Amino acid sequence: MDNLKYAIVTNNLSIHYGDFTAVKDVSLNIERQKITAIIGPSGCGKSTFLRAINRMNDFVPSCHVTGELLLDGINLYAKEVDPVEVRRKIGMVFQKPNPFPKSIYDNIAWGAKINGYKGDMEELVVSSLMSAALWDEVKDKLHQSAYALSGGQQQRLCIARAIAIQPEIILMDEPASALDPISTLAIEELMQELKKNYTIIIVTHNMQQAARASDFTAMMMLDMDGSRSGTIIEFDETTKIFTNPNDKRTQDYVTGRYG
Amino acid sequence: MIPANSKGYSQGEQFNSELQQRYRSATLWQSVFLSALIIAIIALMALMYNVADGAFGFVAYEYNNQPSEFTTTPINELTKPELLEILKLNLSSGAYNKLNNEKAMESRSYSELMNLFMERLIKIDTKAVYSLTDSLLNKAEITKEVKEKYPNAILEFKSWLTPQFLISPMSSRAEFAGVRTAILGSLWLVAIAILFALPVGIGAAIYLEEYAPKNRISSMIRTNINNLAGVPSIVYGMLGLALFVRWLEPFTSGALFGVMDSNGRTVLSAGLTMGILSLPLIIINSQEAIKAVPDSLRQAAYGVGASRWQVIWYHVLPNALPGILTGSILALSRALGETAPLIVVGASTFISIDPSSPFSKFTALPIQIYQWTTRAQSEFHAIAAAAIIALLVLLLTLNATAILLRNKLQRKWL
Repeated sequence: MDNLKYAIVTNNLSIHYGDFTAVKDVSLNIERQKITAIIGPSGCGKSTFLRAINRMNDFVPSCHVTGELLLDGINLYAKEVDPVEVRRKIGMVFQKPNPFPKSIYDNIAWGAKINGYKGDMEELVVSSLMSAALWDEVKDKLHQSAYALSGGQQQRLCIARAIAIQPEIILMDEPASALDPISTLAIEELMQELKKNYTIIIVTHNMQQAARASDFTAMMMLDMDGSRSGTIIEFDETTKIFTNPNDKRTQDYVTGRYG
Repeated sequence: MIPANSKGYSQGEQFNSELQQRYRSATLWQSVFLSALIIAIIALMALMYNVADGAFGFVAYEYNNQPSEFTTTPINELTKPELLEILKLNLSSGAYNKLNNEKAMESRSYSELMNLFMERLIKIDTKAVYSLTDSLLNKAEITKEVKEKYPNAILEFKSWLTPQFLISPMSSRAEFAGVRTAILGSLWLVAIAILFALPVGIGAAIYLEEYAPKNRISSMIRTNINNLAGVPSIVYGMLGLALFVRWLEPFTSGALFGVMDSNGRTVLSAGLTMGILSLPLIIINSQEAIKAVPDSLRQAAYGVGASRWQVIWYHVLPNALPGILTGSILALSRALGETAPLIVVGASTFISIDPSSPFSKFTALPIQIYQWTTRAQSEFHAIAAAAIIALLVLLLTLNATAILLRNKLQRKWL
């Protein structure tokens, strides 16, 4: 496998909740410094798959994973891999903005601090806020509460917080679903900037967003065999998925005749 | 009335909104809730009235020895040097030296000296005590009655709650008894209970909420803790007697630390018993507070590579702390007012030496109140009422301190 080209490689990755298989046999190669969108109807396991990538599913007691999930060729579910270290390397932005109840500065500095960041904290905060295109709006109120920001600003703060721990990959779980169109556009523009340095995987319900913002698109859907497990039915370049998909179900979904 | 629609098809005909009836039942319930509140307020006011009724009022007393036997100056014109002189002349030298050793006579305040004068030389003898209501409403009758029954008596309106009452030690004469020993005992009890129960209770709650797997055993433990909160306090007293007073006697009596001539009936045993008594409530309240911390916050912290302990220490605990403190305040307030377990673990009912270490003998305010209310003489009932006011004020002070502390700890942006 080409470790230089692909940041994340999954081989027959399945995610189970107890006896129930939520996501089945996912084999994907996710390219470095590209935006990969995961689309599909509600309840098909998109978020479950996304959370498996940085081992957030570890907190669900019955959840376990089979198959391989490789980051730079290392299986993230190998025994010797520490999930805390995985989450430092793979940052996450959640559906609803969830800043810490702290100042804007502390929101960004905290993750770096607990991970033993040795550099100049001030500089890190400034550069993270700049990368998240938030600096100009908050530079005068760094020590005020993050809760005073608008929803869109809070979400960009969460992105800045994720950037501050210098991850390789940023996972975004419907990052714009709680935001208005203008804030959504700001987030999408930001993603285009960020992909110069980071690999981004985004789950979205918004077809236009996937079409506009992503380079690759994975179409997920419940398996037809009645097991209610989600799986990837098609994975290709975004233009291909949206103009000329191979699978009829993808065609129906992206054109709005399905789901 | 909103006119029927003009389109000709039925709309809303299957509904019968009956607004009148809905408003009527709403009003009914509102008045039910209001009367519940009024009942609660009346009950509280009755309690306050009952206490105040006993703590103030007329008192009729006689002098066993007339002031004229000691001095020619009228009693309320005596000065401090005169009092010192009188006490020195009239007290036996043994008694005078003993008092002087406890606290140098010259450094005592005017009211302290006056009290000594009254207690040791004049020897007040209380003949009758009247309630506040009687004193206010039936002043004439009281005056008449006292004149007939006790022609030599002095009738005086008295507040039994005085600064002197708060700082005097226990005495066998109600007129000179105070609650200093009891207040100090209560403070020691609460301090020991806090030191023991807060860390243990919060720790247990953190483990149950953040670490323990959600299975049968942990839910059984939860249920049992809930049940323990309802166990009568006397049972905790029995537990304290068996565990702290008897079994752990070398520790609780201080023998392990070189304290001699003491047994297990110390303020330490009682404080630990109070701690155990408040543990279930502290655990339950802390669990609720920890549960109320939103999961999105934990996820955010895990998402930037925090370990479980860092999530708990930096996010869960600070955000749960106000709730934890509120619950713990309630639990420890209960401990401050408990009487039964203290009797079982051996609080002293008559003690005039301040508790000075965890291994001291002690008494507590509720014990003192209980003991005084069981006495036959009505002047003891009056000082019991005064002690109740002292207990209520102490409770209020401790709670206010805790609330201020809580507000200070509370993150300013939440």
